[in-house]
Amino acid sequence: MAADALIELRGVNKHYGKLHVLQDIDLTVGRGEVVVIIGPSGSGKSTLCRAINRLETIESGTIRLDGVPLPEEGRALAELRAEVGMVFQSFNLFAHKTVLANVMLAPVKVRRKKKEEAAQRARELLDRVGLAAHAEKYPAQLSGGQQQRVAIARALAMEPKALLFDEPTSALDPEMINEVLEVMRQLARDGMTMVVVTHEMGFARSAANRVVFMADGRIVEDRTPEEFFTAPRSERAKDFLSKILKH
Amino acid sequence: MNVLLDNLSLYGKGLLGTVELTVYASLLALVLGFAMAAFRVAPVGSLRIFGTVWVTVLRNTPLTLLFFAVLLGLPRFGLVLPFQLFAVLALGCYTSAFICEVVRSGINTVPAGQGEAARSLGMTFPQTLGLVVLPQAFRSVIPPIGSTLIALAKNSAIAGSFSVVELLGVYKPLNERGYGIVWSFVWIAVGYLLVTLTISALFHALEQRYGVVR
Repeated sequence: MAADALIELRGVNKHYGKLHVLQDIDLTVGRGEVVVIIGPSGSGKSTLCRAINRLETIESGTIRLDGVPLPEEGRALAELRAEVGMVFQSFNLFAHKTVLANVMLAPVKVRRKKKEEAAQRARELLDRVGLAAHAEKYPAQLSGGQQQRVAIARALAMEPKALLFDEPTSALDPEMINEVLEVMRQLARDGMTMVVVTHEMGFARSAANRVVFMADGRIVEDRTPEEFFTAPRSERAKDFLSKILKH
Repeated sequence: MNVLLDNLSLYGKGLLGTVELTVYASLLALVLGFAMAAFRVAPVGSLRIFGTVWVTVLRNTPLTLLFFAVLLGLPRFGLVLPFQLFAVLALGCYTSAFICEVVRSGINTVPAGQGEAARSLGMTFPQTLGLVVLPQAFRSVIPPIGSTLIALAKNSAIAGSFSVVELLGVYKPLNERGYGIVWSFVWIAVGYLLVTLTISALFHALEQRYGVVR
């Protein structure tokens, strides 16, 4: 797998003031791999996810995407970000634009695609996430689950090499979680490289190639879901699992 | 009442002067104000510093002093322009500092996630600002920009003291012609009201059209 590494983190460190949120993180995500990051809140998993496309800066270490180190700022960074889609906990759809315009905007402005072409592709993607009928609505007119599916379509419109999910279902009502997870499962089956920060253990079990368990800014375990959920090695992981799997 | 009808062309010229000052200085203030606001939130440190210095200096200088500096100072460095243009420069730059801060507070009303989403899609800073953040910020800054431009219209009276034809300056020739001071000023005030109420109406219309839907 290391031969075809798409995302590579080596010795990554970051502090928030005195809090050492990322401590010597080493993580490799292979092409086509689905890696689920779980852990208690404050463990640094969201920060790790956001560091991969440099929404969070890091203090030391290297992050490589497809062999290229993340640039500092400016156009080179923007070009690299275009290759990595991101889906946020709070959806972050552009509130002043329709669903269709949300999905089209970056392909037209960043990829310089023709409008008709981008619109057609956007409609295909909206169809894929089951929202073709809502293309002309504004984000505020959609439910949370629908908004998140639009956000996934918007990220896919850039034809990214990898997708990052930062707690994509944590802000959703329970009955809407599955419609989003189903879209994500489909993406995983289609071979998309995904890094998913989530509390959905069912998704981790069924869709992940690897589960990364983080606590206190460190990666504590990095194993297949089957191994991790049936026989966690560390006390931290056992403790965490016992708390969340009880009910 | 006679004072207006007898001196209609004098009042007309004054009003026109004030309108010209207001329109040109407003355009300058809006362009510079939006640019400075962009500078102040830019990822480039030197731009942020430039924007901060611009706002700090201009917002804290008394406008009359700024007029002196521009109208008497710049010619010393060989820059000689018509007084009206100098006045537009002084008024426009001064007001741009206030516009900048209004726009910046508008930018701060847009959730950080909007900018993050734009950046994560590969947009550059100018694209993020221009396509995603400012269009949403614009909705909430319409009313305070209106107020700032109304202040500009009234501040333009200072230009009268520097030989620029504008509305307030009309009182001088009227006084020399022996008209009563009260009615001279009443009609001047009405003239300013015409300008400021027009600005109010314009921004009210903008708010109806683009304002935040609640």
